[in-house]
Amino acid sequence: MPIIVKLPAALRTYTGHKGDMHLEAATVGDIINHLAETWPDLKPHLLDEDGSLRSFVSVFVDGRSIKSTGGLATVISDGQTVTLVPAIAGGGTNS
Amino acid sequence: MTIISSNIRRDLSSDEVTRFSRQLLLEEIGVAGQERLRAARVLIVGVGGLGAPAAIYLAAAGVGTLGLVDADEVEASNLQRQIIYGYKDIDRPKVASAADRLKDLSPDIKVDTWNLRLDSRNAKKIIEGYDVVVDGTDNFPTRYLISDACVLLGKPNVYASILRFEGQVSVFDARNGPCYRCLYPAPPPPGLVPSCGEGGVMGVLPGVLGCIQANEAIKLIVGGAPGLTGRLLLFDAWNMTFNEVALEKDLDCPICGRNPTVTELIDYEDFCGLSEPETKIQSLSPTELKEKLAGGGPLQIIDIREPHERSLFKFEGTKPIPFGQLVRRIEEFDPKTDLVFICKIGLRSAFAIRTLQRAGYQGPMYNLDGGVNAWTRRFNPAMVIY
Repeated sequence: MPIIVKLPAALRTYTGHKGDMHLEAATVGDIINHLAETWPDLKPHLLDEDGSLRSFVSVFVDGRSIKSTGGLATVISDGQTVTLVPAIAGGGTNS
Repeated sequence: MTIISSNIRRDLSSDEVTRFSRQLLLEEIGVAGQERLRAARVLIVGVGGLGAPAAIYLAAAGVGTLGLVDADEVEASNLQRQIIYGYKDIDRPKVASAADRLKDLSPDIKVDTWNLRLDSRNAKKIIEGYDVVVDGTDNFPTRYLISDACVLLGKPNVYASILRFEGQVSVFDARNGPCYRCLYPAPPPPGLVPSCGEGGVMGVLPGVLGCIQANEAIKLIVGGAPGLTGRLLLFDAWNMTFNEVALEKDLDCPICGRNPTVTELIDYEDFCGLSEPETKIQSLSPTELKEKLAGGGPLQIIDIREPHERSLFKFEGTKPIPFGQLVRRIEEFDPKTDLVFICKIGLRSAFAIRTLQRAGYQGPMYNLDGGVNAWTRRFNPAMVIY
């Protein structure tokens, strides 16, 4: 059973509106790099120029932040869910 | 635990007992909870899609003092989701219209109206007069400002934000959990993330999330309930799913971590990169574009709107490439041809140019100032602006 990757609406603009994906990967970094390579328009939303995860994207494995589990080096196994949660600012006001 | 001091005893009036009987019957609220609600002071920053339902439910629940911060006037396009306003309120200041509605709902309520934009100079002075803040704003600088001010003042911040069909909601209380900076240490650079005005929003979505914010604020006031501190709730209104992820305090957080380096409010426009001089983007007014078209030089207009959006207003003679596909399709652009990028109001098209600049595209690029809406106003004033 592969890894389940969940992309929110804010990022689906760059993946041809694909939201949930099933990918084979060993680490969270593999997932992020795969997404950035497959969807070049998505890359600046995930990675800095030096390849580190953007400070306005949080990544969770089965609901737990990767900040406390090794960041992009976090090891993942089949059946786990990787959720990307980028910062959004909307409040339903005028702008 | 409650955020309201216990020294607030004043018996409920018979009118209050009648009005709030349905929640007095709840063991978890009861008379003590109702008295706390009456003593509570809640500040709502941004009385829009989130703030409007939050304000209505907080007033209806008997919160004694509501502060409303918003610099805007009511517009017709607000009524799709900002249900505190009616047609007669269009062009009135939002805080004044909202105050009228809230006083109608709860005659004893005290409503403080702050018809201004929260900024680093006024934020602490305003927020310190309240027990809890509800963040219903629509931009990153104000979100970081509210979060930082709440950390520095020791106040809980009931946060929500939305885009299209999705939203996120949490309670940031740095005294016993993470703050907004722990979740997102720095904001996206300007232009990377679309606003609701450009990206769209389902009206019910802020209604759901604004109600959750009211719910969490009421629980903080009444006390004793498990809340959203340390939890981020993700709501998808289209697929109708709720997901939850755990938030942890970042011990290296610059404002609420072990060794804070941010000890005062800062310039949040600057922090969010809004005051940095960016490389100049060449823009064209609608008239200049018309002249350029008549000139007959090599020119291609790129419409970066999504297909459903293009059908709202068709701009003839363009090549449609949605914003999210620009880099992938960079080979389709001819660097010897002038490219003019268009969108609804000229914001995303400017981001499109920056995106291609970052991707290394060298050819001449122009932005249609004000987008297709400005074009319509200039050349087809009888047509409807979307």
